Amino acid sequence: MIFQPAIIALLLAASLSLLMLIIASPFAMQVIRHWDITSGSERQLKLERLTYLFSTLVAFVCLVQILSALLFVFNADKMSVMFVGAMCAVGALNVNEFGFPALYLQLALFFLATLWLAINHADSQARDYPLVKLKYALLLAAIPLFALSLGLQLQYFLGLKADVITSCCGSLFSSDAPTLASEVSALEPKPALLMFYGSLIVAITLSGWHWRDKGNLSGYASGLGALAAFVASIAGILAFVSLYIYEHPHHHCPFCILKPEYDYQGYWLYLPLFAAAAAGMSAGVLRVFANRPSLAQVVPALTGRLAGIAAISYVLFALIASLMIWQSNLILLD
Amino acid sequence: MKIWIEKQKHLIDFTLASLARRKGKNLGLLFIYGLLVFVLASVALYTHALRTEAQKVLAGTPEIVLQRLVAGRHDLIPPGYIEKIGRIRGVQKKEGRLWGYYYDSVVKANYTFMAPRNMQVARGEIIVGPALERSRGLAAGNGISFRSYSGELHTFIVADVLPQTSELVSADLVLMHEEDFRAFFKYPEGHVTDVALSVANPQEIKNVALKLMDALPDSRPILRDEVLRTYASVFDWREGIMLALLSAAILAFGIFAWEKAAGLSAEEKREIGILKAIGWETGDVIKMKFWEGLLISLLAFLLGYIAAYLHVFHFGSILFEPVLKGWAVLYPSFTLTPHIDGLQVATLFFFTVFPYTAAVLVPIWRAATTDPDTVMRG
Repeated sequence: MIFQPAIIALLLAASLSLLMLIIASPFAMQVIRHWDITSGSERQLKLERLTYLFSTLVAFVCLVQILSALLFVFNADKMSVMFVGAMCAVGALNVNEFGFPALYLQLALFFLATLWLAINHADSQARDYPLVKLKYALLLAAIPLFALSLGLQLQYFLGLKADVITSCCGSLFSSDAPTLASEVSALEPKPALLMFYGSLIVAITLSGWHWRDKGNLSGYASGLGALAAFVASIAGILAFVSLYIYEHPHHHCPFCILKPEYDYQGYWLYLPLFAAAAAGMSAGVLRVFANRPSLAQVVPALTGRLAGIAAISYVLFALIASLMIWQSNLILLD
Repeated sequence: MKIWIEKQKHLIDFTLASLARRKGKNLGLLFIYGLLVFVLASVALYTHALRTEAQKVLAGTPEIVLQRLVAGRHDLIPPGYIEKIGRIRGVQKKEGRLWGYYYDSVVKANYTFMAPRNMQVARGEIIVGPALERSRGLAAGNGISFRSYSGELHTFIVADVLPQTSELVSADLVLMHEEDFRAFFKYPEGHVTDVALSVANPQEIKNVALKLMDALPDSRPILRDEVLRTYASVFDWREGIMLALLSAAILAFGIFAWEKAAGLSAEEKREIGILKAIGWETGDVIKMKFWEGLLISLLAFLLGYIAAYLHVFHFGSILFEPVLKGWAVLYPSFTLTPHIDGLQVATLFFFTVFPYTAAVLVPIWRAATTDPDTVMRG
């Protein structure tokens, strides 16, 4: 089943990305070993010149990774019609044991890519490129992950057999299956609702605070808040938001909401949610570098802006989720 | 934020002016790029439309068709066979169908002869599909003779021609009375070709099929969903094969884009040299070049996609039809329903913009890091 256009595109993107990173890796080693901004040697000049190329190259790989994560989910959803028993992306991902690991790795790489882009941005703003070694160390660390991602996707797509009877989201996200997803799905709507809105309000407040204040404490706090709100939001979508969208008290699937039958409502939820989480967490991580002298101006401005994006995106997410709940005909709580 | 937008606006402005200064080169690139998008988008749009069409056609078919096998080959269903199925919960209706193929040596094509259950055709009369109307020049009231497989000549009067709208399913169809059908093919009394079962609940279809296999071990149930899935895979596969073949074209395009971007003219080099001399940074030049690539990409994508849309939905996809549609003498002529799919556009974007960007990265960097004094002196 490898001759599906979207699959070819995904594999093409993954292999080209890996290839580019591997091409960049000798340069990354050189930077880590020999980079010295104070030196005027020929090698340093060459490195400085090459860093433009490789920064652009890796930034491009990161952008492609962000798009691939989206395409991967989109494709899994579309492929579900081809498998017996699959109703949505869950069924398609469950066809063999590599589907879900591939998805999780795609999402992890998505966050890593956004973080790298943020670090790269901060680095290129400062006069003496203080984060250049970190940037390229991260690149080297990411190569195995990208290779693993390509491997998992290959295994997954090559192992797609149309005659496999896969399981549908109803069995994976039902309240009594022995999985983490079902544990979360089994949360009572009321505590889940409180946790969902509570964590969102906390995250929005913290991010808003950091947006104004740009201090160290508020920076770390907003990063943690964004992470917590992300986890709570996913749990909330599983536990009750999906129920309101389907207007069904037992259907907890977080993937069916992406389907055209539900007007692609899932994308409205997930896009701001992932944007908020990525921006908020990047702000938190970048905060670590605020005490470098050349970044003292750059980082607070950048993390403040990222926290602003996180705050706005979380507000948007909360509004959209609330609107979906409000418009639903399902009565879950009296 | 506002400053950033202002800066990008000025960069775009400058880029557009600089693109316009080298019309010939950029129009050439735009043309090739657009052509690539056009070819890929035509394939994608056409297969997608065929897939949707197949789905629409199959929507009205019975959920399960039961065939009897003898030595692994499809055989007639004898009398009493349907009764053996008994009552299966969930099956709303089961009925034997009578149909067969007839080879017409005049037009060298196969017709599908059928005795419909839900339609009354008088004895000695037939109702024909639109493709037959065209190939044999038939109209209502005409007479036509077919030589049956036993050698006898049977003459029928055409009572009606089926409407064009159903052509995809009825192109080669000939509808006749059951007794005419049996007489023409010398069908044994009481035998039917296969059995159609309708099942109301889609989730029960699988169970019904299993029960059928239990009750009649020599039968083969064919599920509508399976047929649908097969069609979807077949069309996807054809599309994928086309794309894989066209990957050579994508590669060639990548090399072409690389060449175009690498072969900076002396004038362009001078331009970059002057820009850097007046204070542009390497990053700015890369940004400008990035905007240049993006503008060309988007424009080529838009033009190519629109051209492909027109090609597929207004000109019947003349270029790729033979490969993608399949082949038959009496192929139905049908118009496809225009449909644009999000995944398809996203995939296409990956196939075109991604290789282009990857190919021009290095040349862009090389141009952007040129030293101002070397170019201006040279």
